[in-house]
Amino acid sequence: MGPRRRIETWAPWLVLISTVALWQAICSAFHVSEFLFPSPWAILVSLAQYAGPIGAHAFQTFWTTMAGFALGVAVGAGLGFVIGSSRLMYHALYRLMIGFNSIPKSAFVPILVVWFGIGTVPAILTAFLICFFPITVNVATGLATLEPELEDVLRALGASRLDIIRKVGLPRSLPYLFASLKVAITLAFIGTVISETVASNNGIGYLMMSAGAQLRMPLVFAGLIVISVMAMGMYELFAYLERRMTGWAHRSMNRST
Amino acid sequence: MTDPFVRFERVGLSYDSTGNAIEDVSLTIGSGEFVAIVGPSGCGKSTFMKLCAGLHPPSAGAVAVDGRPVSGALKFVGMAFQNATLLPWRTTIDNVLLPLEIVEPYRSSFRAEKRRYVALGESLLATVGLEGQARKFPWELSGGMQQRASICRALVHDPKLLLLDEPFGALDAFTREELWCVLRDVWMLKRFTVILVTHDLREAAFLADTVFVMSPRPGKIILRKEIDLPRPRELAISYTEKFSAIVQELRGRIGNAGKA
Repeated sequence: MGPRRRIETWAPWLVLISTVALWQAICSAFHVSEFLFPSPWAILVSLAQYAGPIGAHAFQTFWTTMAGFALGVAVGAGLGFVIGSSRLMYHALYRLMIGFNSIPKSAFVPILVVWFGIGTVPAILTAFLICFFPITVNVATGLATLEPELEDVLRALGASRLDIIRKVGLPRSLPYLFASLKVAITLAFIGTVISETVASNNGIGYLMMSAGAQLRMPLVFAGLIVISVMAMGMYELFAYLERRMTGWAHRSMNRST
Repeated sequence: MTDPFVRFERVGLSYDSTGNAIEDVSLTIGSGEFVAIVGPSGCGKSTFMKLCAGLHPPSAGAVAVDGRPVSGALKFVGMAFQNATLLPWRTTIDNVLLPLEIVEPYRSSFRAEKRRYVALGESLLATVGLEGQARKFPWELSGGMQQRASICRALVHDPKLLLLDEPFGALDAFTREELWCVLRDVWMLKRFTVILVTHDLREAAFLADTVFVMSPRPGKIILRKEIDLPRPRELAISYTEKFSAIVQELRGRIGNAGKA
């Protein structure tokens, strides 16, 4: 690993540490009130102080997000498969889905609450609604952009449509799928927290909302950080899976090592 | 040379209402014959190939291959194109074996006899100068090597008919001439029927027994030229006067066709 690569690896940590240091310095130097803008130290203290409840709420948010995400992967990949492998379905569904996706998902929460009451169900569904679309688009793109020559080669051998999808379409759409999973998992966290802030008695979103109402700003910020850490952790997990499963699609990056 | 293997009778094809891609094409290609189709771009050369492979039914006339009218995929054809279109997630050998996973009788015995097929594929790779490259991924190969692998994929199921659509078009001149010789040697060895679509008149004259010249769209056959150069042909033959005369004649017909 050359010095340049080493700097690249450490760069995000350097940025993080210097940002936090600057933040702490400003808060200490100007005696910024904790009710307005808590210092990193105050956030850390409240993280430690409320570790138990934060952990419980974080777990709630985490599994709710995972449930919504799992639903999003199943439905998103299924829809993407249908849209990507049939021209008719593409034309029938694609524009409608664009229209659907442009609706702010927070607008769905009140509807979901009417249908399912407050709590976990609307949070799962909001996470699902916000995260399935990029998966659908990516899987459909992977399937729909087959080289026509390759299709000819296989069709001339008598390959069925299913053969072509199995041998070429699905492996080809895998990198698209994994790329979308990284985006979708972070979106799913957003969906869960949106729903929890307005319609739940549980989860990090609820915790931040009630802490905010009591002007306990360090705790609100602690909630923000917990969400962010969970989302980044899951992002890295899927980035790792992507490299393991579809390294062939990123060969130019591997080559430079 | 011997009995007709491919027969076109007054074949026309139009994809839509804008006119025919090819029109009134009648020709016969003998079993084991090496045929080149040349013509200006957009003259329907690739359409001709799709008709041979049974990928497209003709709108007029009849296409027969191996004594039977073509209706649907033929299964005994191999195809290769300007782009190697190898699958990047498969190693070279797995790319070459792909047709065996599709076409019978190999398909049903593919798992059981995989080892034998791998040996078959490796020996085929060796004949085109790719020994020892089987486990590499396509992106680890140069353009010329990828194209060799692509030709192996077209040949692995022992096709009776090999269809090549400008297979050497994207290669540099030296690699191209090298691959002419590779193709010549494989063909001399196995004697399948070849239809080579190309822009390169030297390529057509060097490789083919018979060259068909097509007119601009709608494509018609405007010249059938037998190349009576003796075989085996060495690259040096392409610098002889006789060779130049053949190329010039072909070039002349394509030029005329442009004005007509």
